[in-house]
Amino acid sequence: MGMLPFAILLVAAIVGYMINLQSARAIRADGTKLHSLSGFHGLFSALLVLVPVLTFVLLWLGFEGAVIESLMFASLPTGTLDGLGTGEVQLIGAEIRSIAGGRVFGTPEDWKLAAADRLIAYEAWSDWLLIAAVAALSVALVLFARSRVAPEYRARQQVEKITTGLMIFCATVAIFTTIGIVFALTYETFKFFQMVPLSEFLFGTSWEPQIPIREDQIAAEGAFGAVPVFLGTIVIATIALTVAVPVGLLTAIYLNEFAPHAVRSVIKPILEILAGVPTVVYGFFAILVVAPALRELGADLGLDVASNTALAAGGVMGVMLIPFISSFADDALSAVPQSLRDGALALGATRGEMMMNVLFPAAIPGIVGGVLLAVSRAIGETMIVVMAAGLIARMTINPLDSVTAVTVQIVTLLIGDTAFDSPKTLAAFALGMMLFLATLVINVFALRIVRKYREIYD
Amino acid sequence: MSDTTPEYRGAGHHGGTMDTVRKGLAKRKRKQMILQGFGIAAIGFALTVLFILLASLFSTGYQAFTQTHVELDVFVDPQEIPEENLPRGGFRDVLSDSLGQYFPESDMTDRAEARVLSSILSNGAQFTLRDMIVEDPSLIGQTISLKVATSDPYDQLNKGLIDRDTPEDFRRLKDEEIQNFDTLSELGLISKPLNTGLLTNADSRFPELAGLKGALVGSFWVLLTCFVISFPLGIGAAIYLEEFAPKNKVSDFIEVNINNLAAVPSVVFGLLALAVFIGWFGMPRSAPFVGGLTLALMTMPTIIIATRASLKAVPPSIREAALGVGASKHQVVFQHVLPLAMPGILTGTIIGLAQALGETAPLLLIGMNAFITSAASSPFDSATALPTQIFIWADSPERGFVSRTSAAILVLLGFLITMNAIAIFLRQRFQRKW
Repeated sequence: MGMLPFAILLVAAIVGYMINLQSARAIRADGTKLHSLSGFHGLFSALLVLVPVLTFVLLWLGFEGAVIESLMFASLPTGTLDGLGTGEVQLIGAEIRSIAGGRVFGTPEDWKLAAADRLIAYEAWSDWLLIAAVAALSVALVLFARSRVAPEYRARQQVEKITTGLMIFCATVAIFTTIGIVFALTYETFKFFQMVPLSEFLFGTSWEPQIPIREDQIAAEGAFGAVPVFLGTIVIATIALTVAVPVGLLTAIYLNEFAPHAVRSVIKPILEILAGVPTVVYGFFAILVVAPALRELGADLGLDVASNTALAAGGVMGVMLIPFISSFADDALSAVPQSLRDGALALGATRGEMMMNVLFPAAIPGIVGGVLLAVSRAIGETMIVVMAAGLIARMTINPLDSVTAVTVQIVTLLIGDTAFDSPKTLAAFALGMMLFLATLVINVFALRIVRKYREIYD
Repeated sequence: MSDTTPEYRGAGHHGGTMDTVRKGLAKRKRKQMILQGFGIAAIGFALTVLFILLASLFSTGYQAFTQTHVELDVFVDPQEIPEENLPRGGFRDVLSDSLGQYFPESDMTDRAEARVLSSILSNGAQFTLRDMIVEDPSLIGQTISLKVATSDPYDQLNKGLIDRDTPEDFRRLKDEEIQNFDTLSELGLISKPLNTGLLTNADSRFPELAGLKGALVGSFWVLLTCFVISFPLGIGAAIYLEEFAPKNKVSDFIEVNINNLAAVPSVVFGLLALAVFIGWFGMPRSAPFVGGLTLALMTMPTIIIATRASLKAVPPSIREAALGVGASKHQVVFQHVLPLAMPGILTGTIIGLAQALGETAPLLLIGMNAFITSAASSPFDSATALPTQIFIWADSPERGFVSRTSAAILVLLGFLITMNAIAIFLRQRFQRKW
């Protein structure tokens, strides 16, 4: 049933193609000269059917659910929903839907059963309406396309116009995605700041997003001061970069200048493996191997290491970033003109001196760009910290302690039930907004540095 | 000229410089050696971590590829399992009675003793038996030979992961329980075959029964959706930007947008999906379709960048020749340039899909970490995906899930390696050097 409209559409497109192709060929067989190849007449029909009808079907399916539900709510006996909150109304909707799906729990009220019956009826109606509409539209468009087949008709230009339009649509999806992200984040963040003042979020030092479930519950009121969360992200990112930057840069320096060609061609792809390992694997590695090892090491040294210490998450994240930094630095070093290398060597510098005093300083802007991109990755990285870092926000910069991070809070706040009207859920969007803005600024800045620097030497 | 450096004058200006250079040379060479040493150490560090990562996965994961089973002769007692009320039959009692026959000295009417004995069997054993009998009710009254998984602690014991020498109080299995297991072992009833359940079972609360089927099917739907959406969109966008777009502010803006999207943290895409797809459009939670849609948005920049690179690599002579014999711009691109660029585009797409396969955070936010014990039959059913299944298992407290997690990771890495190998093969085999 669900696939039927698509099947009708596909058949209509193929039939339209064949009809137009045959009639164009018939004209040609008569000895008349056609403006466009017969294939274009066929394609014209197929595209003319596919594009509008597919758009129609997708729009229908997109809005079907919402329309049916509002019809169903409108058909309820007057007064049933009076004085109920949005959450309760949603709950009733879900119950009716599950009754309609054949999963009846307990003995629901009669009006719910009636509503479920109506829901099933509306859905059947909607399915049939859609199929009828698709069939009618397809037939009309096929006939219209057929009427267009004529010797002087510019079918090729029409086909090219439609394909260009489709390609422009494809290209704008990227813009729509960005708009979608910005709009969704802004909207939910705005709702959040109506409940929690902006100053508390930005400067408050207590983060306890637990909201009491019952009125009388002795739980935290819910505090949304995000400073400790930001601090945690900074601590973990700093640890990651302390590992990744020196190791990545030294790797790049060695591979770029000193390593024999054979070594370089083996080591580079192996390092790329580190970049290709999914982050959930790194997260598991951090809790399975790194964190226990650090704890043991700490115990031997007489240090008190928390079981989910920031060192474990940060260190493993650093390992993930090594190939990222080393390949950026490698590119930057390779982009330095040969004349600078030759000049330094001709003046009697050793290769080491040439590297450290000439190449490296010349490559600094590109390297900084790469490191900045690594920073943006480190603060946006999710799975490693979700698995290996802590949940409780603490105001500490001690790397042995357990800290939390922005991405950890986003995930933990949104896993499980999500009602879009509780500050707990919306807080995640506010954090996401901060994350998006921070990474956006860093990325734009870094890409600008990298591009500018390339222009200098090109 | 000056009197302050008399020895210079004696040795000759030139020779003096050379001496200083020579004296310093050893030190400078040493500095270079140190720099090289640091470089090698850095590479060594990265390689060591990679080695430890893989070694730890293999050393914990290989255990999950076998599973301890016990083979029992089960008398399907018509008293316990009446044919007319099959689903409510006493399958558990039948199983524990059949265990009892191997322990003649133990008293199976003692509930505590019976419970200790039947703890050897997986909790899912009764459902295996039930399914067998529901399928073939004629088994009632017969004695059948049944091979079922043992429960997790006994599996660990059989694999040597529980040390028999630890004092009883600190051990997960008591002496009595180990003895029971050894009795069965001596009777030759214990075996450790290949754990096919790892791939053919769906998720379960019991590690010995948990498998990846649901996750594999879920990941398949996610990737299929992701491919169907991102492949045409990505190619369309890339062709337009590379071949047709006028160089103006709008196309610049699109380009900047695509580059930025490639660097947006994945969790932000999850927020987008949660707010827009689920919150506003009312799409179902935990559905692979929504996951695939989200990942398609993330994969699109990768495909666009790869497509543009391979379109650029097609030499202008092809275009000029086609234009020269009267092809239109569209005909040139779609009939000549695009087919030649296809291997590069497919390579880029497969690499993009491999990244999408390992992506976890957006799938968590749309609820694909639910506990689901059956495989999805369409992309709109609730499901988990491979990476989210790994996340769920890594979070589970049962010991048996540690090796399952590693095994699941090995399966995931296996898929990633295969996909990348296919991409490399395509590149080597079909890409033309002009």
